[in-house]
Amino acid sequence: MTPSSPAAPADTEPTGQRAEAQQRPEALTVVPARNPWRWVGTALVAVVLFGIVWSLFTNPRWQWGVVAEWFTAESVVRALGNTLLLTAIAAVGGFVLGFFLALMRMSSSGLLSSVAWFYIWIFRSVPLLVQLLLWYNVGYLYEVISVGIPGTDVAFFQAPTTDIINKFGAAVLGLTLHQAAYSAEIIRGGILAVDQGQQEAAASLGIPRWRRSTHIVLPQALRSILPPAFNEIISLVKGTSVVYVLAYNELFYTIQVIYARTNEVIPMLLVATLWYVIITTVLNIIQYYVERHFARGAVRTLPPTPLQRLRSRIGGTR
Amino acid sequence: MSSTANDQQTPDEQTARPVKGHVVIENVYKSFGDVRVLEGVSLDIKPGEVAAILGPSGSGKSTLLRTVNHLENIDAGRITIDGKMVGYEQRGDKLYELHEKEILRRRTNVGMVFQQFNLFPHLRVLGNVMEAQVSALGRSKTEARAKARDLLKRVGLEDKELAFPRQLSGGQQQRVAIARTLALDPAVVLFDEPTSALDPELVGEVLDVIRDLASQGVTMLVVTHEMGFARDVADTVIFMSDGLVVEQGPPREVFSSPKHERTRAFLGSVLEPAYNL
Repeated sequence: MTPSSPAAPADTEPTGQRAEAQQRPEALTVVPARNPWRWVGTALVAVVLFGIVWSLFTNPRWQWGVVAEWFTAESVVRALGNTLLLTAIAAVGGFVLGFFLALMRMSSSGLLSSVAWFYIWIFRSVPLLVQLLLWYNVGYLYEVISVGIPGTDVAFFQAPTTDIINKFGAAVLGLTLHQAAYSAEIIRGGILAVDQGQQEAAASLGIPRWRRSTHIVLPQALRSILPPAFNEIISLVKGTSVVYVLAYNELFYTIQVIYARTNEVIPMLLVATLWYVIITTVLNIIQYYVERHFARGAVRTLPPTPLQRLRSRIGGTR
Repeated sequence: MSSTANDQQTPDEQTARPVKGHVVIENVYKSFGDVRVLEGVSLDIKPGEVAAILGPSGSGKSTLLRTVNHLENIDAGRITIDGKMVGYEQRGDKLYELHEKEILRRRTNVGMVFQQFNLFPHLRVLGNVMEAQVSALGRSKTEARAKARDLLKRVGLEDKELAFPRQLSGGQQQRVAIARTLALDPAVVLFDEPTSALDPELVGEVLDVIRDLASQGVTMLVVTHEMGFARDVADTVIFMSDGLVVEQGPPREVFSSPKHERTRAFLGSVLEPAYNL
């Protein structure tokens, strides 16, 4: 403790000077507390990090040359496109279907809410892998798909099951239906988090029910829906790799095919990993801006974006 | 709260006799499970009348208000506005529940202002006042915007139309909520403790808006704890206790010579506190 600290006022100090210092706090020098162990910890972590990075560049078995060679190879890029397509369809389809399931689940109709409950129960129970295989083999159970009146021979549309549910169809079906069950619960949670008074105010103003859901409740619910929703989309990106069991040309299956041929297992897995990391990073950035958009009105002033912060810092030093 | 008299009402504002907004409540019963909240309430509120509903908490005031625009179903009795029920249609001796669409249409005739404002936080002030005009009444956006600006001016918030509700003070938010309700040109406006969530210094600005409204010929049912406001602005004071209307009459009579024991006890507890306001 320094003699001039306020807890122990020093009698020797001239009182006039002390009073002045108390009036203007900026005149006092602040001495930060010392944490020697923090320095030890920092040094330790730095050494470990350096060791890992060093080994990445010096261990030849990582075969970075092979990674670079295959990273943008045509077959890999095409497979990447398929992965993105599957993700996009399953995410959009899953959340649209999930929204309806969430509304059904909260409906006052016993039938609708039980059906939604049953759907969520069954699709959260069956492993995605099993589901994909079941959909791919559904042609064994039902050889022909027909749209008509049940119990009669009337059919408006008819086609062999295997024509409709090919590898891609089975993958889309499995991923979308699986995703919808999880999305439904996330959306329901978001809707429940919106204050009941919002529904009442909207109802008392005579706003129609559908518009109440889509224009009053959903935009507010999105604030609590978005973080878990992006969680789901990010795990869906990697979840598409399960589709390799159907031998569909998505990223992971293609990588496997290549390393089975070239025997360069580790570098090929690195290629896949790097792409998944890049997709996740892009999704993280999108998430930041989407969440920021829906935070309007929920916070008094929005904090600056990283770009705005950078720009103001550059502007400030000039 | 001192008695600033009714002298703000100019004679020409009173000449136009309102014809819409006749609220008749007949023998209404309502329970939540085993809890009986309304036990046979009957009221007749004339067009343009301002009725202040007083009473201890749990007496059923808010529930009564919410049954008037069908936010709550009633178990027995009937509530009509200008002869029409909000939620039902009577044909012969049967009550048919109306379709959602028709209920919503009838509701636009009954505005409601909530204790917690319930503004839509994701919409700007202008959007809040426009939304129901467009989606419930089918007005054009241009028309709705003009109407909204007009009303915001009337409640003294014309410079706040681009703000989000959370950027406003409680008093300002409640004034936006009142503008939002008035935008639908309702014949009846229900106020559910409109100043109870406000800081004391903000109460006045909201009461001023309501007082101004009282002189315009809109029928108003106001559940309130502001005795001064009830005394100055209300035409009728209704005192409720245990789900019943215990006493009603002009404020002068109810406040100065309450007939019922429970009214006396309640007024005694709220009007003569140990400290003087």
